[in-house]
Amino acid sequence: MSAELAEPASKIELPAGVGGGGEIPSFDVTLRVRRYNPEVSEDATWDDFKVTMYGTDRVLDALHKIKWEIDGSVSFRRSCAHGVCGSDAMRINGRNRLACKTLLKDLDTSKPITVEPIKGLPVEKDLIVDMEPFFQSFREVMPFLINRGHEPTKERLQSAEDRERFDDTTKCILCAACTSSCPVFWTDGQYFGPAAIVNAHRFIFDSRDDAGDMRLEILNDKEGVWRCRTTFNCSEACPRGIQVTKAIAEVKQAILARKI
Amino acid sequence: MDATQIQSPRAAKVGAGRVAPQYNRSGSSKGNFEMFAWLFMRLSGVVLVVLIFGHLAVNLLVGEGIHAIDFGFVAGKWADPFWQVWDLAMLWLAMLHGTNGVRTIINDYAEKDATRLWLKTVLYAATLVIVVLGTLVIFTFDPCPVANGVQLPGGFCPAP
Ligand code: HEM
Ligand code: SF4
Ligand code: FES
Repeated sequence: MSAELAEPASKIELPAGVGGGGEIPSFDVTLRVRRYNPEVSEDATWDDFKVTMYGTDRVLDALHKIKWEIDGSVSFRRSCAHGVCGSDAMRINGRNRLACKTLLKDLDTSKPITVEPIKGLPVEKDLIVDMEPFFQSFREVMPFLINRGHEPTKERLQSAEDRERFDDTTKCILCAACTSSCPVFWTDGQYFGPAAIVNAHRFIFDSRDDAGDMRLEILNDKEGVWRCRTTFNCSEACPRGIQVTKAIAEVKQAILARKI
Repeated sequence: MDATQIQSPRAAKVGAGRVAPQYNRSGSSKGNFEMFAWLFMRLSGVVLVVLIFGHLAVNLLVGEGIHAIDFGFVAGKWADPFWQVWDLAMLWLAMLHGTNGVRTIINDYAEKDATRLWLKTVLYAATLVIVVLGTLVIFTFDPCPVANGVQLPGGFCPAP
């Protein structure tokens, strides 16, 4: 049995000392995790956890190790663990990032690594926030194709140039890293926030969509694009590298072009 | 028989609805006020660059520069309608630009509606006083002030 399951012999000659899990350097790292449990106390506290991790590990792996081996009550969201689902945006060393895309070795491991929930949304427990206000703004910009023409019998075709126009904003995974990095959103949750604007941009500049004007009207609200102060926090926070501030500026231009 | 109690730990924090009330946008805003305010900041900014640096150059650099500034210098400038219009435009644009900028800052950083209201009331009152007073001074400025029939020192009077 075991013979059948064994790895086939490598066809490449590797020098001794390369390959195999043993060679990955390991190091000790302290994670300083923001803890909050409203059933115990209204006050949030910091908990330090010291773990031995490997050079290939990410912050998410350290959180797993803590939850699975040290303190099972540590709570956080994650699903895909590979930067696709957008569940695990958190504030790591004061910056919004995905825990599953942040390698420990890229952080300063000589000091404790702080891990906090993203700011501006109500914390439910530890690193878990209530995302409902975020998704409400997302829904309000109608993030779906609206086409007033006859239903086509085949695929709606689009030129490569037309597709390119909104390519950047198709990449959003709704992690909320941008919206919760915005200082305007921190003090005033009424602001639609960058993510809603990014996802409106995705359809406003899609040549197949007919409801661009409606979305521009929605974002011309006093809590819409004009609240953006171009601080670029959102562009820096986006784990997909979306030029968020640029997308917001393009929506501003589109509203101006339509009104004047 | 007791109904089953389902705990809803979010309820206290989240309030009546599913979304905490501070996130619900209070009514939709009709009109384009914020758009024009945004546009005005940029347009007035461009004009202010010319006005302010022109103002600084003429007052502080040209001729004897900063050493020439006195009551007579200002009186001389405001005797010319060109500088009256220049300074009036600078006053109005800088005040409206500055006021709108501070209004934005209040909106962004005040956490309570009551705080917002009070700060803005103070802001608009201050703006009104300065704009009215400034406009009045530019147009009623007297280069030759006379008190009780005697010319005050420093005046810029026509030769008798
Ligand atoms: C020299 C020419 C000037 C230019 C080009 C300029 C440009 C601008 C622009 C484009 C903004 C908008 C920033 C934003 O929406 O994020 C702004 C904001 C602001 N400006 Fe000016 N401005 C000038 C002079 C002034 C003057 C003379 C004052 C004071 C009376 C002033 C006070 C403000 C304030 C308080 C803000 C709000 C700050 C903010 O939104 O971050 N500016 N300025
Ligand atoms: S724009 Fe980027 S940061 Fe914002 S929600 Fe989408 S993926 Fe996350
Ligand atoms: S767990 Fe899915 S994006 Fe990180």
